Amino acid sequence: MSIFTSGYQARQLRRRYLERSLGTVAAFAILFWLTINFLKSPSQFFQASLIGLSNGILYALIALGYTLVYGIIELINFAHGDLFMLGAVFSANFITIWFGKESSGPSAWGVFFLCLLVVMTLSATVNVGIERFAYRRLRRAPKLAPLITAVGVSFCLQFVGLRWNGSGPKTWDTVLPAGAFHISGVSIDYTTLFSFAVTVPLLLLMSWIVTRTRQGKAMRATAQDQDAARLMGINVDRTISFTFALGGALAGAAGLLFQQTRGLTSYNLGYQLGLIAFTSAVMGGIGNLQGAVLGALLIGLIQGLNDGLPIGLGQQWSQTVVFSILILLMAFRPTGLLGKPTTEKV
Amino acid sequence: MSALLEVKDLQVAYGSILAVKGLSLTVNQGEIVTLIGSNGAGKSTTLRTISGLLKPKAGTITFEGERIDGKSGHDIVSKGLCQSPEGRRIFPRMSVRENLDLGAFLRNDKDGIEADRERVLDLFPRLRERYEQKGGTMSGGEQQMLAVARAMMGAPKLLLLDEPSMGLAPVLVDMIFETIIKIREQGITILLIEQNAAAALEVADRAYVLESGLIKMSGKASDLAKDEAVTKAYLGG
Ligand SMILES: Nc1ncnc2c1ncn2[C@@H]1O[C@H](COP(=O)(O)OP(=O)(O)O)[C@@H](O)[C@H]1O
Ligand SMILES: [Mg+2]
Repeated sequence: MSIFTSGYQARQLRRRYLERSLGTVAAFAILFWLTINFLKSPSQFFQASLIGLSNGILYALIALGYTLVYGIIELINFAHGDLFMLGAVFSANFITIWFGKESSGPSAWGVFFLCLLVVMTLSATVNVGIERFAYRRLRRAPKLAPLITAVGVSFCLQFVGLRWNGSGPKTWDTVLPAGAFHISGVSIDYTTLFSFAVTVPLLLLMSWIVTRTRQGKAMRATAQDQDAARLMGINVDRTISFTFALGGALAGAAGLLFQQTRGLTSYNLGYQLGLIAFTSAVMGGIGNLQGAVLGALLIGLIQGLNDGLPIGLGQQWSQTVVFSILILLMAFRPTGLLGKPTTEKV
Repeated sequence: MSALLEVKDLQVAYGSILAVKGLSLTVNQGEIVTLIGSNGAGKSTTLRTISGLLKPKAGTITFEGERIDGKSGHDIVSKGLCQSPEGRRIFPRMSVRENLDLGAFLRNDKDGIEADRERVLDLFPRLRERYEQKGGTMSGGEQQMLAVARAMMGAPKLLLLDEPSMGLAPVLVDMIFETIIKIREQGITILLIEQNAAAALEVADRAYVLESGLIKMSGKASDLAKDEAVTKAYLGG
C-alpha cells in the first residue's frame, strides 16, 4: 500500500514538474518573442497592441452575453453570436438606408447614438423573447434539450440574416470620424477611440448593475441557487429575463460598433465572431464576468500581436495561434483563467 | 386562537407519483407546531408547497385568511412566510452579510432591517464573528445558523424550519432548539419539521405525525411524546 502510494505520489510529482517546466518554457518563449519584437520596432509593437485591444473590447461585449447566460442558467446560448450579427445588419440598415447617413458629421453621430439606443433595446427584447419562448420551458429538462434548441434558434436567426443581408458580405460607408492622430509613430484611429468611448462606459455600467444594484443582487443569488433565491422573495423568471436583456443589449451594441468600425455585414458574422467571443468566455472561466472581459482582451491582443508584429506567424495563422493557446490553457486550467474549481458563476 | 396558516386536503405530486396525499394542518398565532415523520414521509414536500416552490395538485393553503396555494414563491414571501430550507441552501459564494441582506430582499424599511440584523446576530453571535466570510467556507453548524438567521431577516409572521438540526453535533442541536424557543419568545410563529422527534416534541406546543404523505396522528406535543405508537416509531422506545 505504501509502495503504491509513494509510486503514485512520485508520478504525480513528476507530472506536475513536467507541466510546470513546460509552462515556464512556453511563457519564456512568448516573452522572448515579445521582447525581440518590441526592440525591433516599439511603435509597431504598440500599434499592434492597440489594434488587438480594440478588437478585444468588442469581443468582450459579446463574450459577456455568453457568460451572463451561462452563469445564471448554465446554458451555452449558441444563438447569441447571431443576435450580434442581426444587430450589425440592423445598424447598417438603420443608419445608411433608413436615415441615409453615409458620411461623418454631427447629425450622423446623432443618428449613431440613436441607433445605439434602438439596437440595444431591440436586441435586449429579442433575447428576452428567445428565452421566454424557446428556453424557459426547458429549464428543468435534461441539459441537451435547451442546447439543441439554442442551436436551432441560432439557425433561425442566421436565416433571418441571410434573407435580410443576402448570401454574401456587404460593405457600407460609415459615419464615424475617419482619420487618425499620431503619438510617436503610433497612429490612433478616431474610430478606435470612438469604440473605446462607447464600450468602456457600457462595461462599467454593466459591472455596476451586477455588483451594486438590487437587480444584480437578485442575479447573483439566482445564479447560485434558484430555489433559495425564490425563498428570499426573488422573482426568478424576471431575473433570468433581465439577464437575457442585459446580454442582448450588449450584443446589439457590439453589432453596431462592429458594423461602423469595419463597414461590413454578413449573415455568418455570428459564427465567426461568436466563436471567438465564446472562446474568450471559456478562456476567462465561463460564468465569470471579469474572466470574459479578460479572455476577450487577451484573445484580441494575441491576434493583434500575431498579425501586426514584424516577426510573427502572420494573419493566416491567427486563429490557429488563438485556439492552440486555448487548448493549452484548458489542459492546464480546465476552469479557465478566473474560473473556480467548482462551477463559478455570475 | 386564530389560525395563521391552514392547510386543507393538500395533495402534491412529482410527475405521477403522489408524495403528499391529502394533508391537513393548522398553525395558530404564536404557536410552535412540529411536523414529524421518517425520511421520505413528505415533510419537505409539504413545506416547499406552502412556500410556493411546488404547485399543489389539490387542496388549499390559507395564510391569514387569504388563499396562497398556486401563488408564486416571491408573492408568498412578501406575505410574511419565510423558510429555512432543508440542506441550508445558503448562497455559498456570498458572505454572511450578503446572505442576510438577501433575506431582507423584499423589505424597504431600512431601520427595521438594521434592527433585525442586530437581533439575529445577537441570537447567533457566531455569525457576527464570521460576518465577512463566504457562506460556502463555513462549517455545517454555522451554515445552519445562517440559514435560520437569513429566514428571520425577512421579518416573518410564520417561520418555516426544515430540519434545522440535521447533521449537527449534539451540542449544536441543543443550541438550535434553544434558539427556536427564543425566536418564539420574540413573537414569531413557527412550523418546525424534524426527524429528531424527541427534541421537536419537547419544544413544540402541538405536533402532527406524517407517514407516507398522510397525517397519522396529531395533538398536543406533550401528549404525543407519551404516546406508545409514537414512542415506538419515532423516539426509539
Ligand atoms: N424532486 C423530486 N422528484 C421526485 N420525487 C421526489 C422529489 N423530492 C422528493 N420526492 C419523493 O417524495 C417523497 C417525499 O419526499 P420529502 O418530502 O423530501 O420527504 P421528507 O422531507 O419527509 O423526508 C419521497 O418519496 C421522495 O422520494
Ligand atoms: Mg425532508
